Formats: sequence, structure tokens, C-alpha cells
Amino acid sequence: MIHSLFLINCSGDIFLEKHWKSVVSQSVCDYFFEAQEKAADVENVPPVISTPHHYLISIYRDKLFFVSVIQTEVPPLFVIEFLHRVADTFQDYFGECSEAAIKDNVVIVYELLEEMLDNGFPLATESNILKELIKPPTILRSVVNSITGSSNVGDTLPTGQLSNIPWRRAGVKYTNNEAYFDVVEEIDAIIDKSGSTVFAEIQGVIDACIKLSGMPDLSLSFMNPRLLDDVSFHPCIRFKRWESERVLSFIPPDGNFRLISYRVSSQNLVAIPVYVKHSISFKENSSCGRFDITIGPKQNMGKTIEGITVTVHMPKVVLNMNLTTTQGSYTFDPVTKVLTWDVGKITPQKLPSLKGLVNLQSGAPKPEENPSLNIQFKIQQLAISGLKVNRLDMYGEKYKPFKGVKYVTKAGKFQVRT
Amino acid sequence: MSAAPAYSEDKGGSAGPGEPEYGHDPASGGIFSSDYKRHDDLKEMLDTNKDSLKLEAMKRIVAMIARGKNASDLFPAVVKNVACKNIEVKKLVYVYLVRYAEEQQDLALLSISTFQRGLKDPNQLIRASALRVLSSIRVPIIVPIMMLAIKEAASDMSPYVRKTAAHAIPKLYSLDSDQKDQLIEVIEKLLADKTTLVAGSVVMAFEEVCPERIDLIHKNYRKLCNLLIDVEEWGQVVIISMLTRYARTQFLSPTQNESLLEENAEKAFYGSEEDEAKGAGSEETAAAALPARKPYIMDPDHRLLLRNTKPLLQSRSAAVVMAVAQLYFHLAPKAEVGVIAKALVRLLRSHSEVQYVVLQNVATMSIKRRGMFEPYLKSFYIRSTDPTQIKILKLEVLTNLANETNIPTVLREFQTYIRSMDKDFVAATIQAIGRCATNIGRVRDTCLNGLVQLLSNRDELVVAESVVVIKKLLQMQPAQHGEIIKHLAKLTDNIQVPMARASILWLIGEYCEHVPRIAPDVLRKMAKSFTAEEDIVKLQVINLAAKLYLTNSKQTKLLTQYVLSLAKYDQNYDIRDRARFTRQLIVPSEQGGALSRHAKKLFLAPKPAPVLESSFKDRDHFQLGSLSHLLNAKATGYQELPDWPEEAPDPSVRNVEVPEWTKCSNREKRKEKEKPFYSDSEGESGPTESADSGKQMAELGRPAYEGGGSYYSSTDPESESESDSKSSSESGSGESSSESDNEDQDEDEEKGRGSESEQSEEDGKRKTKKKVPEGKGEASSSDEDSDSSSSTSESEMTSESEEEQLEPASWRRKTPPSSKRAPATKEISLLDLEDFTPPSVQPVSPPAIVSTSLAADLEGLTLTDSTLVPSLLSPVSRVGRQELLHRVAGEGLVVDYTFSRQPFSGDPHMVSVHIHFSNSSDTPIKGLHVGTPKLPAGISIQEFPEIESLAPGESATAVMGINFCDSTQAANFQLCTQTRQFYVSIQPPVGELMAPVFMSENEFKKEQGKLMGMNEITEKLMLPDTCRSDHVVVQKVTATANLGRVPCGTSDEYRFAGRTLTSGSLVLLTLDARPAGAAQLTVNSEKMVIGTMLVKDVIQALTQ
Repeated sequence: MIHSLFLINCSGDIFLEKHWKSVVSQSVCDYFFEAQEKAADVENVPPVISTPHHYLISIYRDKLFFVSVIQTEVPPLFVIEFLHRVADTFQDYFGECSEAAIKDNVVIVYELLEEMLDNGFPLATESNILKELIKPPTILRSVVNSITGSSNVGDTLPTGQLSNIPWRRAGVKYTNNEAYFDVVEEIDAIIDKSGSTVFAEIQGVIDACIKLSGMPDLSLSFMNPRLLDDVSFHPCIRFKRWESERVLSFIPPDGNFRLISYRVSSQNLVAIPVYVKHSISFKENSSCGRFDITIGPKQNMGKTIEGITVTVHMPKVVLNMNLTTTQGSYTFDPVTKVLTWDVGKITPQKLPSLKGLVNLQSGAPKPEENPSLNIQFKIQQLAISGLKVNRLDMYGEKYKPFKGVKYVTKAGKFQVRT
Repeated sequence: MSAAPAYSEDKGGSAGPGEPEYGHDPASGGIFSSDYKRHDDLKEMLDTNKDSLKLEAMKRIVAMIARGKNASDLFPAVVKNVACKNIEVKKLVYVYLVRYAEEQQDLALLSISTFQRGLKDPNQLIRASALRVLSSIRVPIIVPIMMLAIKEAASDMSPYVRKTAAHAIPKLYSLDSDQKDQLIEVIEKLLADKTTLVAGSVVMAFEEVCPERIDLIHKNYRKLCNLLIDVEEWGQVVIISMLTRYARTQFLSPTQNESLLEENAEKAFYGSEEDEAKGAGSEETAAAALPARKPYIMDPDHRLLLRNTKPLLQSRSAAVVMAVAQLYFHLAPKAEVGVIAKALVRLLRSHSEVQYVVLQNVATMSIKRRGMFEPYLKSFYIRSTDPTQIKILKLEVLTNLANETNIPTVLREFQTYIRSMDKDFVAATIQAIGRCATNIGRVRDTCLNGLVQLLSNRDELVVAESVVVIKKLLQMQPAQHGEIIKHLAKLTDNIQVPMARASILWLIGEYCEHVPRIAPDVLRKMAKSFTAEEDIVKLQVINLAAKLYLTNSKQTKLLTQYVLSLAKYDQNYDIRDRARFTRQLIVPSEQGGALSRHAKKLFLAPKPAPVLESSFKDRDHFQLGSLSHLLNAKATGYQELPDWPEEAPDPSVRNVEVPEWTKCSNREKRKEKEKPFYSDSEGESGPTESADSGKQMAELGRPAYEGGGSYYSSTDPESESESDSKSSSESGSGESSSESDNEDQDEDEEKGRGSESEQSEEDGKRKTKKKVPEGKGEASSSDEDSDSSSSTSESEMTSESEEEQLEPASWRRKTPPSSKRAPATKEISLLDLEDFTPPSVQPVSPPAIVSTSLAADLEGLTLTDSTLVPSLLSPVSRVGRQELLHRVAGEGLVVDYTFSRQPFSGDPHMVSVHIHFSNSSDTPIKGLHVGTPKLPAGISIQEFPEIESLAPGESATAVMGINFCDSTQAANFQLCTQTRQFYVSIQPPVGELMAPVFMSENEFKKEQGKLMGMNEITEKLMLPDTCRSDHVVVQKVTATANLGRVPCGTSDEYRFAGRTLTSGSLVLLTLDARPAGAAQLTVNSEKMVIGTMLVKDVIQALTQ
């Protein structure tokens, strides 16, 4: 299946290679560089490239390319999913998935890759198992290691791999038993020029942080489970229970993980918490234009909307922008032509606005399209769909855990066309 | 021990100015020293006997390998350390070995003995890792050793080692393909393995070594289907894609007879009224009318695969979702494919690479099955931040989805896209508009107008693309569009894009008779600039000249000759060729000229309009989700998706052989055998398993989930053997047995888990011990059960008892934890008596009620119109006992209620409700009565007589009547004691709002005939296998609704009748069951609301 893996940074250096079968020369990456050049933009590099003897399947994560070499037919998503899993694991281990972090921990990276894939077929990809096999580096441990010469490799056996609950390790012990759930909902929306909603839906996830000793068996129920239209589960969840009773019943992995992600049925109308008034115009035959946007709250269920950021990709002909803002601060990057306005909180008494002049390249034709506005915001303690966790029960262990649920609503891909 | 700190100081020194090459970044360490020298140091470090030094050296070496630097000259020094005690050093040595062994085969042999020793280690992990490394060393000389090791590991006790063996198979195969036959034997053996850990890996090996040996799968097919949900994600993908191919070779196409079947079914249904006389024969005759093609019945194994993969659509892994989606696309009947759309749309939220692959597949699917994605049209709307390649794919999907109804919205979207800054995307949008215009005739003119408007766009690319698309559109109906062609002609002055210019010229040439004035002028202009044009334009100029010469030679003769002369001396030979050839064709020469006479026909022949179609049109002949599909070219190693067979191959090959003892039908014997069987059911799943699972338990101390029993779907022999016995008893109907087996399994496990968690709450320590006795208890109870029954068949019996067991379990869950333990003991006795006496939990024992099931049995026997006494037949409501007032809320007073289904003596319009009070406080409760009720319009209550006193621990029952006025609104009232008032409410299930009526079949039909049209509600459903017998169906229906059975001539039809209590409207229910489990439920009632709710309730009851 997966033959080799190359890690390539933005400037085109291959800084790590790993082969699971016979060695494939680095020169195979030339095809990738070719495609990269053609694509102009990193995002447009095709994920699958066919070369005379191999196929290259790549992903782009955190300014790094993970390029895998394939020789025979394999479902492309299989490889893509695996590469993302590798990147996730690095993130999990080193706190970030960057070139520096990988280079600093090259031995651990190598050991991880060795465990994750055998002869090109995934072997152990669950973070709980990997952490038993190879301990993640911490400052304390690296100091201890350098003194005692001991290693990061666990000398115990990975119990999870051998059980029917491969995602949980055995013998977990905590003095404080806690289970936290974050219900995070994102609003994806496209708002058209006139302010009406072209498309809107709610995508939600429940991220869990479980620190419970032993083998707890949890069941989480909702006040209104019918809201969830389409759900995808962590493998630990018992599908049958959900089907019959709409209860999430599971033996959790240890630590942080994503329990479910869901979509709220599209029949429900989605409340759009903010509105934007905008007027952007470029004058014909003149080297300037006007820019004026105002943001206000709408259907916010009485909560404050915070962390508002507006990002605008201005047309190429824009040279500079002279704006004044009533709240927050803005930056305009003349190279990437990205305008970022950091608004902060909205107070309904005084709506934040950003207005001013746009300098265009003289002589160039005026841009045809007004740029669309990408908006980010956050509402604490509210799940916009109205989803509510009813209760969490624990079986199998005797102690009383501390339980907590947090709700957050965010903007997902929230775009206003102008 | 003191050496270690000493070394660390040492090392601190070494990083100093003296030896800069020992920097902390091992990879860039050697900048100042030559490779040769540094390697010397590393060798020295490897030769010491300090582990920390060795480790340091190995780390540097691995870092070198990671950077792709050559470290092969260190091989001898490294290989010596293969037997090192330190685990990390060992691991890194393995990494090194696997990387370089191929290059230094002789030296690599030195390490082999270490691994051979490792293969015999008592620790399963060491065995596994030795095998892993041994098989990864690509040294042909050790092939025999590897073969031996794999064979041994394949029958290892530890599933983990067996998994490693499965992984090693393709490694060996790629090293030496001559070993194939022996490897296939190993694969065959491992395929029979029952652990989820092995399943994925061995199927992967199967796919790489012998994908053509489909016969190996037969015996394991059902097991793989059942295990699937527990296999890890990667294995799931591989298994699903293999099973897709398997199913294509073994089952019949579900779509071939679909239309026929539906037609057939409908006929039979509507026909039933007229050919009463023919009775049961009608259906048979309909079927007989089509002797050539017997109606399609899906193979139960086919159904099993579809059913077991469906939950995986909700996997978090995109690869699994895609695998299931392609399985459904390729294997499922049309009506069922729709379920995958939702999951695929969900993946569009994922990483852009995932989106890319998914969109490609959606594009292919949306051509074949447009309807599937139509509801999700808006999910494919494009955002300005999407990468271009995603935008273009979404556009493709949007275009495929466009139809008459949604085209306005789609075009409106397209209009926004045209103004995008991303010009490639704009070009693609224009193409898309063109395709919409050709596919949907209604909007063709609108699109054309829109495109013409784009011609005045400032961006040349947009204009050029529009011209090209307009050209294609005009070709479809040129006559009406002279104006547009003129407009285009004007553009030749401005447009510089060669493709667009060429398109315009071609258009003018082709339709020169529509623009007779302008065409020669265009040619004049083009002749002037001929030399400066691009090749493609030049060719079209020649073309135009030739066509004009033929139609209008008076005006253009000279021009044509001029153009041809220019072309004659062009640099491009293509153009020179074309000029020469054209001249010969059109200019009549002296001799012959046979060609030139036909020149007009050659040049101005009517040309078919181009068909604008998706580039994804025929991609579905590749298996979706595959690399080949994505590339639209066959990738190496791609396995063709076979076509459906004409005749289904023998399905019995998938039957698994039945152990001798289960075959004996004698119950006594079986009972004896069963006991020991259940008691050690834990580890028995496979011959290799039993010893091992015990061992693991000891090793890991994790008792509850170890062993062969898997986490979700139990592979316990218990359930499997059950299915075996069944399939042997009802030979031929392998279908139902395997399906119900599955169901049983789930319930089994469900129950097991429920009781387990509960009991662990009681006492965590006894957890392990408890399991065995519990199993025993179950076995004995089901035995007694089957003993007591004599009339019904055995299979029915078991499935039913399972049902009953579940019922109280779920009820128990709802009650507060304090009362949880109480019914546990009752459960068994309840089971025993279930068939002949009312459940003992029933608080008020209704006088002389024959249990539902028996009554139903009796009814089934009576074919005459004899009426039975209603009171004898009023069965007990399914709803059972419900809580009215909780112990805590009621301060010690517990109130439950049941619908007794007896006529209320005071008022026939009232539903009689039995209220059961019990006092769990320590003081007597006095003066229980109903307080002033506040009731919705129409609803009235007949209060029960006041209960004067209820002593602690005592209980009492009262009957009250409620007239619900044929609605399911709740009746709210107050329960008052001397000291307190409690607000309570009773909401009736719709089935309790009626009373049974007895009528003959003819009366029933007559009444039904009066209640057609709006008063008829029909719904289709699938009966699960557990309720296909008369007995169960009747029981379930009567439990849901208080209806009486109407005798019926045909065996597969059930009729029930009743009247609503208040208005006395008839409620007629007909259930028409067909062989494969499909059924149709019809309710005729004047009260439409009641009808609809009843249909819903009955379907729920039947399909649960």
C-alpha cells in the first residue's frame, strides 16, 4: 500500500523520508514539485499525481507537504486519511506539527512512523496505544533521559492493541476523576448581497476530555437528540444503543478525543447571529474606491458575540487602504491583499464600523467583483441549534467523577457576498 | 551505575569548542568533519558497552537515515547490536536493519539467528516484533526461514502474533512469488480466524496475494460481515472493498427486476378486491404470468452485507464512509442507495484533499443517480475561499444536479460565480452554463442571452470562453441567431484569444448564408492580418475562405486565392497542407474535377451539434473510491469490478458446516449438551483461542472484554450455533435464520451489557464471576420456555422469548435507580408463564382474561364467522404499567396506571384506566381522591371513589373512566390527599382509544369499501424476521391497538377492526404481508388523525 513518505517544507526541501518497502529515490518528488509549480497556489496542488512508475498522494497540513508514494491501486482516501492521522499524531506528540518540531524529535518521529505502518499497511494509529509504545517528549522527561540514559520507548506491552477496546489503555489511574465535554457548533453560511441567507447549516462536534480511572462505561444522553441529523462517531460508541435509544454509550479513550461530529438537520432554520451592512465601490477611471462595513448583532439569543474578526481578500489591483474604525484594529497586507479587522465584542449601543478609502493601481481596470467578507465570531455558553446534554451516567467504576459540559458557538465558513 | 552520570558530564564537555561536530542536532552535526571521520566516532560509540552511548549513536544514525543520507558503511557496527538488551537501542537497530539489509545481504544474515530466537520467546510482543523485522528484511536467501516462521505464527495462540503473520504474507510474496501456493494455505487458515484483530490484515494479504481466489471467501463471508463493525478502520476499508467485488460475482443484480416486481406487487394488491372468488390464487396467477423471469428476491447474504455496512456510514473515517458509499452504489437496490448521500455530503466539511476525492466520486454518482444528491444542492455552493480545484469539482456537481425545477437557482448562483476573481473558475462556470443550456431546453435562450452579455465583459478570457460556448450552442439552432453571429463578427476586431477567434470564424463560415453581407468583410479583415495570426486561427481562415468561395464566389474569389497563396508559404506545414488540399478541392481544375463538384457537400454538410457532457460520464465502470477512478485510468493492480452474473451461483457455499450435536432435534438431548457449552462460552470461539484468551486475561488482568468475544457483535459460539441449529431445522430458508441470528446476537449482547453495567453498579468486584452463572440462567430459562410450548415452532419460540426478555429490561431502565433491582428475579418467572397467563406484574388481575397470544392463536384457527365474547378477547395493552406519580414527587405515594381494555361500566364512551396506589412512606395516607380537574374541551373524567386510608406498605387499586373524546390529548387532573395535591396527567396511546368490534370478512370488506380515499392511509414496511409468524404479528398488533381480529381467508393477510370509543367510528386495519418480509399496512378510518397515528404506532411495534 503506502510505499514511502516524504515530508517537504514550503521552500521545497525534503527534510524527512521514510520507506516501508524498498527505497524509492527522492527524485520521485520532482513530479510533485512540477505539479506544485503548475498549481501556483499551495492549495491547488492536486492530491493525487500520477507518475510513470508511482502515484503520489499528498496532503498539505500546517505549511508542510506529506507526500506518500504508492505503487499499486489503493483507495486514495485511505492514504489521505492515514496521512492526516500521522499529522494529527505529530500534533498530539509535539504540540505542533511543524518542521522544527519534527526535526527536533526526528527519532521519535521515526519510531512513530515505524509503529503506525507495517509494510505499508496501518498497524497502530490510535493515540492511546502509540503513547504506550512511545512516550511523548516532555521537558522533564528529556532532562531525566539525558541524565539517566533511559529512553522514550515504553518497555511495557501495548495492552490496547491486544484487546477488543483498542482505543483505551489499561490501568489508567487519576486522583481527580474528571470528564469534560465541549459542545462546539459552527455556523456555515453564505449570505448574499442583499443580506438574505443563501445557505446555512450548523455543524457541531463534541470534544471530550476524559480523565477517568479504570474502565468506565459512560452514557451521555441529550434533551433533544432528534436535532442531530447526521452523526459520525468515534469508534468507541455503541451504534446499536444510539439507534435504539439515542443515547451515546461508550468506553472512552483516555485523554482528549472527538466523540461525535454532527450536522443539525437542514429543515431547521438556522439563526444567523450577526448582520453586516456593507458598501464597497470602486470608481470607474479613478484610482480610488470606497469601503464601508458595519456589523451588528441579530438573533443572538441574548448572549454577547465576541471574538469577531472580518477577513477580506481584496482584489489584486488594490494598492493600499486608508480606513478608520470605531472599534478594534485593522491591518492590511499589501502583498497578499488581505484585510483583517479585529473587532472584538459587539455592543448593541454602538455598532462597530470600518470605513475609508481604497487606493487602486492607477490605470488598471476597476475590479469587477466586490470581495466577499469572511467573518469569525464566537458565542460562549450557547449551542445555537439548541442541543442540550441531559445527563452523563457512569457504570463500571465506583468513584464519583467530576462532570462538566461547555457550549460554544462559532462561525464556521461564514461568508458574506458583497 | 555511576558510569551514566559520568558520561553525561563527559558529553557536556564534548559539546564544547573542542568537538563542534557533536552538536545537539545530530543530523547537521557533521558540518565540519568529514563523513568518514564522523562515522568512525559513531562506530566507536556503538562498540562500547554503555547503552547510553549506543543509544546516542543510533539516534544519530537514524537521523541520518531520515534525512536520506547514506549510512550503509556502518552496517557491521550496527548489526552487532541487534541482540542489545536495551529496548530502544534494539528498536533503532531494527529500523536500521530494515532500511539497509537489502543492500548488505551477507551481513544481514548475521542477525537472523537473533530473530529466530525471538520467534520462540514466551512474550507475544517479542514474537510479533521478531517476525515483523524478519519479514521486513528483504533478503531472498531467508525465504524458507520466513515461510516457516509465518506458518508457525499463523497458528500462534496470540491474535496479535497472528496479525503480524498476516502482515508478513504480502512481504514474502513480493520477495518470492513462487511461494504463492503455500501462502494461500496460510491465508486460508487465517481467514477462518475469528478475531477482529486479524480480519483486516488477512483480507489485505488476500487482496495482495490472491484476489482471484474468491472461493476462499465463501465460508468466511458471513463471519466477515458480522465482524466488520468491530474491525479497526483500516481493515474495514479493505474488507468492504473486497466484499464489494465478492458480492458482484455471487449475487444477482438487485436492479434487474425491480420495475417488474413493483408492478407485480401493485397488481396483486389492488386486484384483491375484485377477485375475491379466486382468493389466494390471485397472487400466484400474477406471478405465473411471468414465467420467464421469476421475481427478484435478494439473497439473504446480500442483504446481510448491506445491513452490516450501513452503520459504518457514520464512521469518523472518511475512507470507511467512502468505502461503504461505493459498496451501496455498486450493490444496493436503487431505492436504498440514497442513504449514502447524507454521509458523503458530511465529508465535504473535511480537509480539502478529502473534499477533492469525495467530490470526484460524487460527480460520477450524480450523473447516474441525480435524485440522490438533489436535496443537498446547496451544500455544493461555492465559497470564494475554496481552492480552485474544489470549486471546479463543485461546479461539475452543480451542473449534473441542475434540472428543470432547480435551474433558476443554479443559474443565479452561476451569475455570482462569473464575477469571481479566479479566472479559471469563471471559465469553468461559463462552460457549465453551456452544459446547462444544452441539457435543459427551457433555459437555452436565457443562457444564450446571458452569455452574449458576457461578450462585452472586460476580461478577455471570459469573452473568449463565452464565444466558444456560444458557438456550441448556436450550432444547435443556428437559424434564429443571425443577430448573435453578427455581434460575434464585430468582436473579431477586439478579441485576441486564438480559440475564440477561431470559433467565430468557424461560425461565420458555417452559417455564412445567415450573414451574407458580413462574411466577406470578415474574410477581408482576416486576410489582412493573416500572417500575424496563430495557427489555429489561420486554419479557420482557410476554412472560411473555402466556404465563402463555394457559396459566394463572385465576391470572394480573389480574397480566397490571396489567402490560399499566403498559406502556401506559411511556416507551419499543417497550414501549407491544408491550403494545398483546399485549393484542389474548391478550385475546379482542368482535368476531372470530380471532387470539386462535390466540394460543397464536403464543406457545407450539415454537422451534428456537439454534445456537451460531463467528463465524469463513464467513469463509473471503475470501482468508485478507487485510485483508478480518480485518475480515470487503470492503476497497477486494479481489480476490475465484475459484472453481475446472469444466474446466481449456488448460495449454499456460504453455509458453514454445523457441528454434529446441534443437528439433533431432540430437545432433551440438546438441553444436556447445552449446559456445559454455555458455561464455558467465554473462550471457545476458536480452537486456538481458548488457551490463549485465558492466558491474556492473566497477563493483562482485564477480564471483562478479553477473549474471542468481541466488543459489539459477539462472535460467541453461542449465537452462531443457534443459527446453525436453526438453519438445519428449517432447511431451505437459510435467509431468515441468518438474519434472525444476527438480530439475536445484538439483543443478546445488548442484554448482556445492560445487566453487566447494572450489576457492576451493585458490586464491581463480582463482575467477572457473575458472567458465567448468568449465561446458565438464560439457557435454562429458554429451555423451560421451549418445553412449555408445543404448538408453535421452535424458531418462533426463541425469537419471541428474546423479545419478552427485552421488554422488561427496557422498562426497567426508565424507572428510577432505586427500584432497579426488584424485577430481576421476576423476570424469569414472567418468561415461563408468559404464554398462558397474564404477566404477573399486572397489578389488577383482570378476571378471566386469556392471554393475547393464545387468543390470537385461537382466532387463527377459527375460519368461521363465529364471534367471540369481547371480554374474553380484550388483550392487555402493550403500554403496560406507567407511572403517574413518582415516589419522590409523591412524598412516598406511588401511583401507576394501566389501560385495562375493559369496557368502563359507567359510560361506554370512556376508557377505563386502572390506577394503582401504593404507600411507601411510613405514615398512612388518607383521603385519596381526584381534585377538580381542568380538562380540555370534550374530555371528561369519571372519578374513582375516594380511598379513605392507605396504610404504609399497603397498596390499592381504583378504576376511573376517562372520555378522551377520540384525541390523544392528555387528561390533566389533581390527585388529592388530605394534606397534599399532586398535579398528574394521563396521556393515552392512540391504540387505547378504541374497542374491538367483531365482524365477518364480508362485512369488513363492505365497510372498507366505504372508507376509501381520504380515509385510507397506506404505508409500506419491512417486517423483521422476528415477526413474520402469524402469532407474533397478531400479538404485536393487538398489543398496540385495542382491535379485534377479523377472520380472513388468505394466509398472509391480517385484518383487525375496532370502533373509537367516543364517536364510534370504525377503525379497520389490514396488514398484507408478502413473503420476503415486505408488507403493506392499511388503515381505514373516518378519523384521519387517529388513522395516521395508528399506522405510525403499529409500524413501530412491528418493525422494532
